[in-house]
Amino acid sequence: MAGTRRQKWLSLLLVNGTLLLMVLLWTVPTAGLFVSSWRPRLDIQSTGWWTIFPHREWQTVETLDPREMGLDATGPMQIRGIEATFEELRAGVATPDGAQLRWLGNRRLGRIEVQERVWTVNWDFTTENYGQVLQGKDFEYVNPDGSVEVIPGDNFWGAILNSIAVAVPATVIPILIAAFAAYGFAWMDFTGRRFFFIIVVALLVVPLQIALVPILRDYARINLNGTFLAIWLAHTGFGLPLAVYLLFNYIRTMPREILESAFIDGASHFTVFLRLILPLSTPALASFAIFQFLWVWNDYLVALIFLGGNKETEVLTMRLANLVGSRGNDWHLLTAGAFVTMIMPLVVFFSLQRYFVRGMMAGSVKG
Amino acid sequence: MGFLQQKNSADDSIVARIATLVLRLILVVAIPLIAFAVLYAGFIFLRDGNAPKWVITAVAIIWGVGGVAALFWIFNWIVELFSDTWRARLQPFVFVGPALAILAWYLAIPVGRTFYISLFDRDGPGTGQFIGLANYATVFTDRLMREAFRNNIFLWIIFAVPLTVGFGLLVAVLADRSRFERTAKALIFLPMAISFVGAGVIWNFIYVVRPPDTEQIGLLNAIIVNLGGTPRFWPAHTAIAPWNNLFLVIIVAWLQSGYAMVLFSAAIKGVPVEILEAARVDGASEIEVFFKIMIPTILGTIITVTTTVVIFTLKIFDVVWVMTGGQFGTGVIATQFYRQSFIARNAGLGAAIAIVLLIAVIPVMIYNLRQFREQEAF
Repeated sequence: MAGTRRQKWLSLLLVNGTLLLMVLLWTVPTAGLFVSSWRPRLDIQSTGWWTIFPHREWQTVETLDPREMGLDATGPMQIRGIEATFEELRAGVATPDGAQLRWLGNRRLGRIEVQERVWTVNWDFTTENYGQVLQGKDFEYVNPDGSVEVIPGDNFWGAILNSIAVAVPATVIPILIAAFAAYGFAWMDFTGRRFFFIIVVALLVVPLQIALVPILRDYARINLNGTFLAIWLAHTGFGLPLAVYLLFNYIRTMPREILESAFIDGASHFTVFLRLILPLSTPALASFAIFQFLWVWNDYLVALIFLGGNKETEVLTMRLANLVGSRGNDWHLLTAGAFVTMIMPLVVFFSLQRYFVRGMMAGSVKG
Repeated sequence: MGFLQQKNSADDSIVARIATLVLRLILVVAIPLIAFAVLYAGFIFLRDGNAPKWVITAVAIIWGVGGVAALFWIFNWIVELFSDTWRARLQPFVFVGPALAILAWYLAIPVGRTFYISLFDRDGPGTGQFIGLANYATVFTDRLMREAFRNNIFLWIIFAVPLTVGFGLLVAVLADRSRFERTAKALIFLPMAISFVGAGVIWNFIYVVRPPDTEQIGLLNAIIVNLGGTPRFWPAHTAIAPWNNLFLVIIVAWLQSGYAMVLFSAAIKGVPVEILEAARVDGASEIEVFFKIMIPTILGTIITVTTTVVIFTLKIFDVVWVMTGGQFGTGVIATQFYRQSFIARNAGLGAAIAIVLLIAVIPVMIYNLRQFREQEAF
């Protein structure tokens, strides 16, 4: 009996241990970004974000002046019971009592620091990164050497509004059009009904790359490039096959009796659709809405092509990608900027996870 | 659905048929066109106004969504003015027409148009020269294109797909036996909500490299330096090509495993407990139960997930574009498509690449259609 209990305990440990390891692997990248986005600019550039955890670090306890001590930096020097050359001291030399001697600066004017290893945490946090990333105005930084550096703000706030202006209609319009179409396919009779629906199914996996160049040419002809309407219609077009397919599958399963009794009462198709089908389809509509909203919010390629070149309508993903290109080493801006782009999806995801998962499972094959 | 099938054979004269056809066509074209004209007029107004950004955002949303809803209402109202027979003929196209028109404009017709463009040189139809299938010869012989195919097929599909499916299955199985199932699944699923550009920044920050004599701030290089290695920006380290691609592949496996996990998790929950228990009582080990009962039962889901990830991987763009721009031997089909179409301005070659991408997913399209026919939804 004791054997089996032990075995059970071991297998539980194995299961949960492996799971914990996986969860850690999956969360550490995002956690590192999140932590870094709150750290001051110079801290991010000089130490890893994991230094917020207790760790041992060399800290200067005493500074020695080699000239006062009469040391000759051209040869081996005697300090605190050790003998070391300038090069060795530059790299750091351990003393018998566990401290470290380190030469800072050049051979003639430098100084020697006595450092001890102490437990410490880097807990300096700031909201400045977010302030700079969100706003459009310039920011001034004073570097450690006293020089002042001016970095323009990144105006992510404007990009957030653009992303909302793109994503909300690009979610609602395809749902509206698709819901009408799904109802038509499911409950109305017309020639070509089967043929047209087969086309919808075939279009499910067509890569959107195929449409980019022809559509861009049409847009150029009617002067639509760089406007919200251009990208709404594009996302509507690319999202429609999945929307029609999902909503059709849902609406088709509704009991026929409900509709028939409504028709007998003299309701028109339009009324039935508006009063009966739409309210009853809420779960399917919500699933697709979340799926499409996140898809549009996170989209980069479609925005890049149809909104590219117009600074006024730039969405978050474009702004962030531009930041990677122009300020690729300013990690205080990149981390904060990346997190700003993630806030909305994370809120949607955690509040509506159930619907999101359902929509994703139904729409496994998006083109 | 017998009752819903309106009788439209009663007065089926030729004239009525032609008139129906014409009116239907007008409806199909008119709804999107009017929608378009109204919205466009609205946006000229919006674009020229100097309102604060949030006002523009609010107006844009109301205008766009309200405009489309109003159009549906107006056209339905017009159709309902007709007699019963005519209404039965026209109304389906009020419902289905806009979707069909948009699908035609945005997906169906562009297939033909892109193919047509692919038969011309870099200037495309109009000013360019007709060169037949020469672009397709280039697609399969050009050095960068061959590199893109190699990366996309031998590195992305061969590695990203098993990694995603494997991790997804592992987590699904483990979580099913753990008390912390919900939390673990939510955390592993979380990257699915992040954009590829955002993920690119996250992983750039893991790969970031500092000069060897300073402290490393990127997690990977910090570990490598601690183990005595040399810090490098690994995705761009061409000395290990083509394996530097794997540093990008990992990002996608990290993003997509949550998707695989959710589908597998649902499938595993659907495996009947009695069968599993019966096997265990018969003395089957957990590993035997997994491979001989679990895997065969959820095979359908494994195929679905694999297909989805393969399609997704074939079209991979954002991650590569943000991380390396397709340089350092990391180009893939979609980055080459973008480079040729929008940077090198070689319309013909870009179109040819898009067509190749389409051909690559045709087997999946056929599979979908066959599935659909088997369901016999109509």
